[in-house]
Amino acid sequence: MTIMEPNREPRKHGSAGDGMVGGRMSRFEGELKIKGAATYALEYPMENVAHAVLVQSTIAAGRVVSVDISKASAMPGVLLVLTPQDDLGLTMCGDWAGNPSSGEPYYPLPQTVQFNGQSIAAVIAESREQASEAARLVTVTYEETPSVTGLHDPNAGEGKVMPNLVVNWGDAEQALAHAEVTIEATYETPREYHVAMEPHGLMTTWEGDALTIWEPSQWSHGMARMYAEWFGIDYENVRIVSPYIGGGFGSKGQPLAYGAVAAAASKKLGRPVKLAVTRPQNFTSYGGRAATRQTIALGATKDGILQAIRHRGMSETSVYADYAEQTGAATPVLYKVENFSSEHRIVAVNTVTPGALRGPGKNPSAYGIECAMEELAYVLDMDPLALRLKNYADHDYQSGKPWSTRRLREALTEGAAAFGWDKRSHQPRSMRDGNQLVGYGIGCGTFPVIRAPSEAIIRILADGRVEVVSGSIDMGQGTYTILAQTAAEAMGVSIDQVVVQLGDSRLPGSSIAGGSMLAGSITGAVHKAALAARDELVGLALNAPNSPFAGSGANTLSVSGGEISTGSGDGPVVTIAEMMKALGREHLEIRRNTLSDDAQEAAEQRKAWTTMARVMGPTMGDYSMHSWCAHFAEVRVDEEFGTVRVSRMVSAFDCGRLYNPKLVESQWRGGIIMGIGQALLEEGIVDPRNGRTVNNNVGDYLVPTNADIPDLTVISVGVPDLNASALGGKGVGEVGIVGVAPAIANAVYHATGKRVRDLPITLEKLI
Amino acid sequence: MRDFSYLRAASVDAARAGAIQPGAMLLAGGTTLLDLAKCGVATPDTVIDVTHLSGLSAIEVDADGARIGALAKMAAVADDPAIIAAFPAISQSLTLAASQQLRNMATIGGNLMQRTRCPYFRDPGTFSACNKRAPGSGCSAIGGVTRNHAVLGVSDACIATYHGDLAVALVAFDAVVEIGERSVAIDDFFLVPGDTPERETLIEAGEMITGIRVPASAGAGNSVYLKVRDRQSYEFAAASAAVSLELEDDGRTVRDIRVALGGVATKPWRARAVEQALIGKAIDAETVKAASLLAVEGAVSNGGNQYKIALAPRVVARAISDLASKTARTSGGQA
Ligand SMILES: Cc1cc2nc3c(=O)[nH]c(=O)nc-3n(C[C@H](O)[C@H](O)[C@H](O)COP(=O)(O)OP(=O)(O)OC[C@H]3O[C@@H](n4cnc5c(N)ncnc54)[C@H](O)[C@@H]3O)c2cc1C
Ligand code: SF4
Repeated sequence: MTIMEPNREPRKHGSAGDGMVGGRMSRFEGELKIKGAATYALEYPMENVAHAVLVQSTIAAGRVVSVDISKASAMPGVLLVLTPQDDLGLTMCGDWAGNPSSGEPYYPLPQTVQFNGQSIAAVIAESREQASEAARLVTVTYEETPSVTGLHDPNAGEGKVMPNLVVNWGDAEQALAHAEVTIEATYETPREYHVAMEPHGLMTTWEGDALTIWEPSQWSHGMARMYAEWFGIDYENVRIVSPYIGGGFGSKGQPLAYGAVAAAASKKLGRPVKLAVTRPQNFTSYGGRAATRQTIALGATKDGILQAIRHRGMSETSVYADYAEQTGAATPVLYKVENFSSEHRIVAVNTVTPGALRGPGKNPSAYGIECAMEELAYVLDMDPLALRLKNYADHDYQSGKPWSTRRLREALTEGAAAFGWDKRSHQPRSMRDGNQLVGYGIGCGTFPVIRAPSEAIIRILADGRVEVVSGSIDMGQGTYTILAQTAAEAMGVSIDQVVVQLGDSRLPGSSIAGGSMLAGSITGAVHKAALAARDELVGLALNAPNSPFAGSGANTLSVSGGEISTGSGDGPVVTIAEMMKALGREHLEIRRNTLSDDAQEAAEQRKAWTTMARVMGPTMGDYSMHSWCAHFAEVRVDEEFGTVRVSRMVSAFDCGRLYNPKLVESQWRGGIIMGIGQALLEEGIVDPRNGRTVNNNVGDYLVPTNADIPDLTVISVGVPDLNASALGGKGVGEVGIVGVAPAIANAVYHATGKRVRDLPITLEKLI
Repeated sequence: MRDFSYLRAASVDAARAGAIQPGAMLLAGGTTLLDLAKCGVATPDTVIDVTHLSGLSAIEVDADGARIGALAKMAAVADDPAIIAAFPAISQSLTLAASQQLRNMATIGGNLMQRTRCPYFRDPGTFSACNKRAPGSGCSAIGGVTRNHAVLGVSDACIATYHGDLAVALVAFDAVVEIGERSVAIDDFFLVPGDTPERETLIEAGEMITGIRVPASAGAGNSVYLKVRDRQSYEFAAASAAVSLELEDDGRTVRDIRVALGGVATKPWRARAVEQALIGKAIDAETVKAASLLAVEGAVSNGGNQYKIALAPRVVARAISDLASKTARTSGGQA
């Protein structure tokens, strides 16, 4: 068996001038991915590997009465068939928050069927083809029970209120009753999916009690812990390897049932097992964004001063776990309002438990409030931009705290100027281009600054290169690149001298790449470690007897471009490599973390890297901290056909300081593109008779193509926010999608005079 | 995927001899066949690869029309200058179909033979009832999700749409499908489901499409394929129309018109009633609109596909009007 180490070769990147923090460096791993040279989890060369294929349920609810595996087992190459009858000996793992396991047994292939597409058996064979054909021959007998297949199911009911998602201040009911102008409307979003280019799957192998897993992971340490707890082995005995990931969008942050099945099969067989989740199975092996429904009432004075917001929302969850897609997440922070009431419910239906998908909560929430604000603007006969500026929130009305930084006003005004908002004519249906109706719309977005500790190693090598070592991951968002930039700047070396190693749970601890928290968290740790390494190097250079600076009388040295000097122009100039040689050091290693002093014990450190226990929300501290954006969309609607084309978008962002504007812009654009898909195309279509997602493939689940995407202008209006992170950045990964769908829905209304309140806006809703 | 044997045919006759064996299937570009094999719909015992046969990928255009070999690639036909000039609707129907990658792989013969995207047809593991897959088992689509199902040519047994684009243009041009020695008018080649939805074309076991002939017609050079869908590229049609138009010398009276519909019917759908209503008439917006409504005569909705009944005539009317105004512009007449 071969275990490939993550690539340790130095990687080539853009021009040296781009190498510092704030430079427009191209992505380190981009070229490898484009050339097919990046090794993804399922591509690791592995000898003697067996292949597992899942069998999933075809009913929405019930019980597996029996599984006939006789035909499957008799097929050539079949090694093992796992069914609910097999006790895999697993225990439930502790949750994200850090609450310990209940100690209950865990059945990744359960007897009870809770949704259509639930894994209930697995076939392991010598080849993938043999396993998949045998999987087809597994016959399952069910006892069906009644099911609820979505929020629209007549038996769905009203669900239950989530007490932590009830927000009230002032008296919204009273204010609404007395408001001069009110509007009320209900908005819906469907089930949506991550559909990352790289489907889910893993390869696992055991050596004694040690489990190694190659699996795309947004959180190597957290996933390692959960696997360890499932199998009752030490955390140190699990290794997750994930140097390259083909997109995650929130779907790859935790191990899932199929992972437990593969690792258990590998243990039973005593050989490596590879399990590739098929594209259709990806639609039910983990949850996408839950379908939501929310009703918003706004009250205002005749001249457009907001008096009250009342929000009542709900999202679907599964029948076995509570997950809230918080429709009230953005509602309280966007506008100045003295009277506010929000409540979110969850309704259990027969689906896989939904999960986080880019901008969870904030996304559907902004869709509701931002459509409602424009509906109010038209009732008031007021420019929607003016209405937003008029109700600008000078502080956070929910927490009562001041904003750390909030440049949403600049986003609105500078975005409007770049877009040419002043060319808009106010009346719906008043702008045309040939036989197409043209419309403009705005959608504001927000995403909280979530802070988390991390740690990093900086290793100065004998040849003068600087290694950055972290267990954090890069799923395409640019971790490799910005860490190289951070280390280069802090160390005073050229970026070509920096090597970055990521994506392995054995490497230093890190926060999850989720909630837009990783960049702020890990640059803080790398920056701290790199400064310490530089200090260490300078200290040795000043004090070591063999140093060229020994006896120079200097009391400090400067490191720049990989060279050490006194900085005053006289005295020696020594490269780091020469210095290492003079010092006789093979390497110099510094490990630093950004944990608080009370968390430096080993157990506390472990908990910090493997749970959310040390994660801090946006209002922990003196300020309320968020990223902000304003999207301006122009659409063209062919009214006879009902087709909507986004012809132009301008989006302005306040995400604080940008560590690498090129990568940030690409994150923003990626979010905007997903938002265009959400507005116009994406919808998991469920057969109400059996809860099956019928468009469970990328031919039928439509995401935008290049042809659907116009030029996207993105503008940064942010200023460094040093409350938010060590280097002044706020999260950039998720805010881009937030507010796009309402901007487009609002533009469609402006174009056509038709208000579509359920996404996506497909052609039959407009003809 | 099930084990199967793979044969590389050395000649058309060898391919046919192989294909007549039970469980044998021809393999061209494989973009439909492989996909259906992965879904568990196609379970061939033997796959007969015809892609190495020579002489079947020629594209020839002369005064009598075009002849396209069955193995010509979609991309090659779409980009062929002579096809673009003589039959623009054919080129457009291909350019607007699938994706560039698929068009580079897929053949014209395979394209005609592509199967429906009905999700129930494609998911045998979950939906055992499908008359097309398993005759007599019922139809899972009726009563289910039917947004993309047909409204024309449907039966109680099956409402699956024929999604191909090229065949729609070919039906408008009265193309002929060459099946070795015999030739069949394309409108007859495709069958409506009736009680036997499993039978989609006139192809018999052991037969192979060898080419397509498209006769020249006066209006062919003045033709268009209009495809309407939510996504701008890489999506099947919500509704589409292939139209060719020949006007009298006055630049407004219809001498000849061909209209065919895609995305709304169980086979590529010739709309002769629309043609009859317009031949000899002067083109104006009202006349075109009224005639286009005849395109969906007899249409039946099954819920989610109701919009197609409203959409299809609009697509037809737009295609006709666009062609008419273009013709009027080039001939200097008034539309
Ligand atoms: C995601 C996706 C999107 C698509 N979108 C579109 C679209 O928008 N519009 C559109 O028109 N098409 C679309 N297609 C369908 C595509 O055009 C067809 O898959 C393709 O044309 C089939 O050609 P092929 O050569 O690959 O056929 P194959 O897959 O090789 O064969 C298809 C079938 O035809 C039979 N066959 C092949 N050649 C012959 C022959 N010479 N004689 C008799 N039988 C033969 C085979 O046995 C098989 O049953 C799409 C396909 C996919 C996968
Ligand atoms: S519509 Fe036709 S193809 Fe679809 S399930 Fe019914 S019988 Fe099968």
